Amino acid sequence: MAESNLIIVGVNHKTTPVELREKLAFTKGSIEESTEKLVGFPEIDENLIISTCNRVEIYARVNDVDKGIDRLKKFICDFHMIPYNMLDKHFYAFREEETVQHLFRVSASLDSMVVGESQILGQVKDAYSLARSLQTTGLILNQLFEKAFNVAKKIREETGIAESAVSISSAAVELARKIFEDLENHTVMLVGTGEMAELAAKHLISYGVKTVYVASRTYERATALAKTLNGSALDFEHFKTELHKADIIISSTAAPKFIIDKEMVQAAIHERKNRPMFFIDIAVPRDIEPEVNDLENVYLYDIDDLQSVVNANLQEREKEAELAMGIIQTEVGKFNNWVDSLDAIPTIVELRKRAEAVRVQEIQKTLRKMTHLSDEDKDNLHLMTSSIINKILHKPTLNLKKKTQTTEGRTYLKAIRDLFHLDD
Amino acid sequence: MKIITFNIAMICYLLASLEYFIYLVYRKPGVSVLATSTVMVGLLSHTAIIALRSQETGHGPYTTSFEVAVFLSWLVVVVYCFTHWRYKIKDLGSFVIPVAFLILLYATFLSKEIVDFPESEFRVLLTLHRTLSVIGFAAFAIAFGLGVMYLIQEKQVKSKKLGMMYFRMPSLESLDNLIYKAVAVGFPLFTLGFLTGAIWNIKMSQASLFSLDLVAIWPLVIGWVLYGLVFFGRYRMGWRGKKIAQASVIGFVTVILSILLHV
Repeated sequence: MAESNLIIVGVNHKTTPVELREKLAFTKGSIEESTEKLVGFPEIDENLIISTCNRVEIYARVNDVDKGIDRLKKFICDFHMIPYNMLDKHFYAFREEETVQHLFRVSASLDSMVVGESQILGQVKDAYSLARSLQTTGLILNQLFEKAFNVAKKIREETGIAESAVSISSAAVELARKIFEDLENHTVMLVGTGEMAELAAKHLISYGVKTVYVASRTYERATALAKTLNGSALDFEHFKTELHKADIIISSTAAPKFIIDKEMVQAAIHERKNRPMFFIDIAVPRDIEPEVNDLENVYLYDIDDLQSVVNANLQEREKEAELAMGIIQTEVGKFNNWVDSLDAIPTIVELRKRAEAVRVQEIQKTLRKMTHLSDEDKDNLHLMTSSIINKILHKPTLNLKKKTQTTEGRTYLKAIRDLFHLDD
Repeated sequence: MKIITFNIAMICYLLASLEYFIYLVYRKPGVSVLATSTVMVGLLSHTAIIALRSQETGHGPYTTSFEVAVFLSWLVVVVYCFTHWRYKIKDLGSFVIPVAFLILLYATFLSKEIVDFPESEFRVLLTLHRTLSVIGFAAFAIAFGLGVMYLIQEKQVKSKKLGMMYFRMPSLESLDNLIYKAVAVGFPLFTLGFLTGAIWNIKMSQASLFSLDLVAIWPLVIGWVLYGLVFFGRYRMGWRGKKIAQASVIGFVTVILSILLHV
């Protein structure tokens, strides 16, 4: 099997405490400076740096894997002026196909603190486009990263890795979206001005909710929050009579007893002609009588309910991550095949096969028309066409073998494969 | 030829049902497209059955029980295809295509003998009765599928046990709206079908409306009342959500029952 000579050295949230990680972070400016330096090292052919708050990683194609790994580790220490012995135990390093697998895992968000979060893919894409603009990547790293983006997309589409909500406020929004058709024409009412209620409301607004009411015992706080949410404030005593206007009610007061009871909701839902209502009670102690959930077309979730939704979703993501690993294994295999195809011999064999197929096809066509030819004549025609093919392919074959000994070899191979459609 | 096309249609619907189910559970992309394509192949040969049969009998597909069942199943698939194209409810096929399959399967047990259309000056009434009822029935079949989906989703959200189906099913409100739309199309057509049938019956037998065989029509009356409540009750009585989902499931069962008793 051909070797890709790919390596990765890095630290992440699992191996390294934040105090150390923050010292190792690269800014856009320092990435430019570093990649330039890396290019200058003889053992490094291509390189790319990813730096996020949870990870710092350098991907490279090298001509000696072990030396390359040492070089990158030392480089990170030197660049950030941290003694090598202090950092060494925090580093992880992968080589060859492990590198491919690692990058696929990272960009598909399997290696993230919250598995399935969507930010990391964007961060990897940014790192890649920066590297492209600095021209520190070449044939292999380019193909690796393009492939990683495809794999991430595939995993996102084919598994439920990013499907479920993993925070209280996003779980609430997700539920709202499973109850209501589109949030745009729906109304949110905040009863109390708790921080988490505000967060959930903002989340709902980002999904299109336009009308927001805020009720609080202190009218000033209601007005202030209403202002930030672009809504209108309600007098606290008033919210009960206005309840029927709200589709989603988020309650977070410090009241010691229930402030919304079954009777009140029953009246509201009757007034609404049974259009559904969704109550989110994030107050402790609770604000809403639990029996409210027994009413038809009314749904009530308290903080514990939401937390258990989140926990279940996290477990679900772990399961989906296993599915995703299956996809990654297949794709790593495909990438290896591609690397193999960059070897000269298989390409030459395929090229000759392709030429031979054309020759046989064409000569058979001709011979069908020339039925008067003797068997000897036919053999001669075969010989002649074969030798034309051999002569035409002789020089390119030799040159290709020679070129693959040099660093441009893979570019040549890729060109041949593209020009003759050998990968179809 | 007829047997072959019939079998192709039936096998396609069975396959499509399985494919939709696989898509519902495993969310393999491509399987959904495969299922829809299978339905289309089924529908093509299904259309061919009806065309061949009509050519042979010289009238539309509504004279014998067999013809009505084949026509019923065909319209269910046609209305499903329209709904699928217009509203893109991903998993509706899992709940509707099996219905089409079961009706065709039922048809295999019916006599395939050709019967002449009853000669009468009121034959147009009979044609109207059967066609309108069958279209109404197809709309009810869609409402049934949507109703089942609603009840699954409602149960999950209400009980706070959010399983796989929670993520798969669309929102309650959108299902509720679509159930209403399906019934709003089906109910008037079905009512007209019911009326034309009743009038035809009276004209033919010279009897009064009250001499109708009550045993045969009681499930129909229940279904009709339920759909009527869904149709008229939405704005007046707040018949929404779980109630109309239940009504559309029970209503469909009663209509099927009445067809079994009637046709």
